[in-house]
Parts: sequence; C-alpha cells; structure tokens
Amino acid sequence: MKQLFRQLTLMVLTCGIITAAQATTPEEDLKAFQNFYKKRFPNVEYTDYVNGAYAIDPVGRENWEAIEEFPPYEPFIDEGQAMWEKPFANGKGFKDCFPDGPALGSKYPSWDKEKGMVMTLPLALNNCLEANGEKPLKYKKGPINDILSYIAFESRGQITNVEIPSDDPRALEAYEAGKKFYYTRRGQLNFACAHCHLQNAGMILRTEILSPALGHTTHFPVYRSKWGTVGTLHRRFTGCNKQVRAKPFKAHGEEYRNLEYFLTYMSNGLPMNGPGARK
Amino acid sequence: MIGNTKKWIGVAGTITVLAGQFLISPAIFAAGGNAVEEGKKIAFDRKKGNCLACHNIVNAPSPGNIAPALVAMKARYASKEELRMQIWDATIKNPESAMPPFGKHGILSEADLEKVVEYVWTL
Ligand code: HEC
Ligand code: HEC
Repeated sequence: MKQLFRQLTLMVLTCGIITAAQATTPEEDLKAFQNFYKKRFPNVEYTDYVNGAYAIDPVGRENWEAIEEFPPYEPFIDEGQAMWEKPFANGKGFKDCFPDGPALGSKYPSWDKEKGMVMTLPLALNNCLEANGEKPLKYKKGPINDILSYIAFESRGQITNVEIPSDDPRALEAYEAGKKFYYTRRGQLNFACAHCHLQNAGMILRTEILSPALGHTTHFPVYRSKWGTVGTLHRRFTGCNKQVRAKPFKAHGEEYRNLEYFLTYMSNGLPMNGPGARK
Repeated sequence: MIGNTKKWIGVAGTITVLAGQFLISPAIFAAGGNAVEEGKKIAFDRKKGNCLACHNIVNAPSPGNIAPALVAMKARYASKEELRMQIWDATIKNPESAMPPFGKHGILSEADLEKVVEYVWTL
C-alpha cells in the first residue's frame, strides 16, 4: 500500500514537472515551483527551504544542528575577511571595487547590460582582481571560498531578489537558457537536474535524501563533510553533472552562469544564510 | 496512469502468490544459475547496474526509494523481453522516467544486461 502511494505521488509529480517546464514568464515559473513544493511538502515552512535536505529530513537535521553549533566554515570567514581588508600590490583593494561593503550576496547574479551577460559574484571578484593587476582566483576550490564565505556571512538575512530587466531581451534569453539546462537530460545516466531535485525531491537515492531546488542557492559557499572543506556553487554543479556521467561545463562559463541565474531566481524571496554546512 | 494504478493493485494481490514463485526458482537455477548469480552482482554493483540506488530488493543493503520495489516481476511482465525493454530504455514506457537507459546508453554491456534481466526475472 505504501508503495502504491509512492507510485501515485511519483506520477502526480511527473505531471507537475511538466507544468513547471511549460510555464511561460519567470514569475509564473516561480509560482509553479513554489506551488509544486508546497504540495509535495505541505508541512515545510517556506523559509525553511534554505536548509536544503534538512528541511525535509528530521534525522539529518539533528546531526546538522549539532554541527552548526561549531560551524566548520568559521575559519574560512575569518580568512575571507583578511582578504577583503588586505590591500593589493597597487595599494587598492576589494573595498575600492565594492564601495558599499562586503554584504554583496543579494546583488548577484545580475544582468550586466554592457557586457550582455549574467554577472556572478565570483566573476565580479575576479574582474576586480584583474583590473588591479592581481591574479584571478580559481572558481571551485581554494581561496575563492574564503572571500565568498566572508561575503555570504555578511549578507546573511538579505532576501534573494534576482531581477530580469525587461529593457534588454537578452536577459530573459539567458534566464530561458538556464531553465532549459535545468530540464535537459544529460550524460550516460540521462538525468536532468529536475529529475533529482524536482521530480524526486524528498526521495532517497541510495543513502542521500534529494533536496528540493527551492533554496538551493541561498547558503553557498557550503562546507561539505565529503569535501572536507568549503566549495562553491559551481563546484556543486560540476559534481551533479559528473554523477550522471555528463561532462561538466566550465565554472562561470556561459552555461553555468545562466543556470545560476535561473536557479537563483527560483529562490527569490528566500533569505540568504551562507555559508552553509552539509554532510 | 490508470493502467499503472491497476498494475499496482495487481501487485498487491500477487504478493500473496509470491510463495508460489519461489517454487519456480529452482527450475531457473537449473537453466541458468550462473547468469542469475552474475546478474545479481551486476545489479548490486554501484559502478554497473546500481539498481539499489533507486529500487528496493528484498534483503538488499541501503536501497533508495525513488522507484518501485523490484518484486513479483513475473506478475508485472508478460515476458522477459518486455522486462528487458524496461531496463534497456525506461523512457519508451515513461518518457519522464528517471531510470537510466542501461542498454540504449551502453551503461551495461549487452552480456551484462542479459544477466541482469535473468536475475530480475527471478525476483
Ligand atoms: C542523479 C541525481 C542528481 C542530479 C541529476 C542532480 N543532482 Fe544535485 N544533488 C544530488 C544529490 C544526491 C545531492 C546531495 C544531497 C542534496 O542536498 O540533495 C545534490 C545536491 C545539490 C545541491 C546542493 C544542495 C545543498 O543544499 O547544498 C545543488 C545546488 C544541486 N544539487 C544542484 C543541481 C543542479 C543544478 C543539477 C543539474 C545540473 C543537479 N543538481 C543534478 C543529486 C543530483
Ligand atoms: C536512478 C533511478 C533508477 C535506477 C538506478 C534504476 N531504476 Fe528501475 N526504475 C526507476 C523508476 C523511477 C521506475 C518507475 C517507472 C519509470 O519511471 O520508468 C523504475 C522502474 C523499473 C522497473 C519496472 C517496475 C515495475 O513495477 O513495472 C524495472 C523492472 C526496473 N526499474 C529495473 C531496474 C534495474 C534492473 C535496474 C538496474 C540495472 C534499475 N531499474 C535501475 C528508477 C531507477
């Protein structure tokens, strides 16, 4: 009987996935996304989606809450603050590129009309470094996670608010490209992102509870016990592509930038709570 | 959708008949015991079938629950060939299926796939 019920929910979900894919405007997509999860997890508070799988997995949540008492990402925040404050060789620093201070979380990703592309925070940080004659940081591992941890921490409580400006049709195109990416099957195992995080969210894949896509971007960078360190959102994208045996794309290349644009838009309205910790 | 539901109700009914199916097993072992055993290994191997990532199988270690438990196969499939199609490419029957197309995408070799079919057919 339990299995029968599962099978039925799976089928209902399958229909839901299609509706989500067919909605036309970004506003409608967002509504469809939110409604999908509301139906799937009627007892989950909207803002709790920022906690990923722990919003729907009470056992995992207990372990996680214990971990959060001594946050493993704390040293990274401190390192990042030092980076933020340390002048470059030319005497300038991040402060000069970002005069409003380090609480930059909710400003990215954003549409850069001049460049005609989605601007992400790591890309903006590297643009700042290069403009000042410094070497850019690697996008997945290493010190970029320090500065991102600091910025995420300073941005806690800001509300995700990705804008798709209507005065430049290319912005909507970038969003649409990211959305298409999300629903496209890839790799030998033939999965789309949506198969795991929409269609099967809450189900168990071997030993992992699949997290809802809602809130997926709010807590990055994230300390993962499996990595033993903090990693970026694009590192996670890479991992999720690899596990279906698809060739990952370039971090902060066009595909992943557009994906980030779409995925972050889907978290609009949710508070930022990075850096996060996951198993 | 309705067809599927019926199938499931059918399963509930046939589980009681399972005991009967065990009686058939020795005949299968006689016919291809090795293929069944090897098929099981391939099905459980994380680098090959990894069926347990999504399916429960009776007495299997830490299975996922994305997909229906693999039980009473003979009640659900009229023939081995039909079962083979499901494993070859699940999207033929369900275009939205999350199940990897083991044959079509060459995730399993022909020989391995045949063995997995032999094994799953005994469940
Ligand atoms: C085969 C299943 C599968 C596919 C396909 C998949 N993921 Fe994942 N993803 C996982 C698992 C398992 C985890 C770790 C557990 C969790 O948080 O869901 C995860 C975690 C994540 C996380 C981190 C969640 C958190 O709370 O920190 C993000 C973000 C993510 N995936 C995005 C994507 C994107 C984008 C795609 C498509 C490019 C994708 N995933 C495709 C299985 C998958
Ligand atoms: C990533 C998930 C996943 C993996 C791995 C997987 N399956 Fe499936 N399987 C499914 C889903 C989901 C269904 C439900 C029907 C559908 O969507 O096609 C299914 C359905 C089936 C069915 C039909 C069951 C029925 O009641 O009609 C069979 C048989 C089957 N799978 C066999 C296998 C075998 C054998 C393997 C390993 C070689 C395997 N599956 C691996 C997800 C998976």
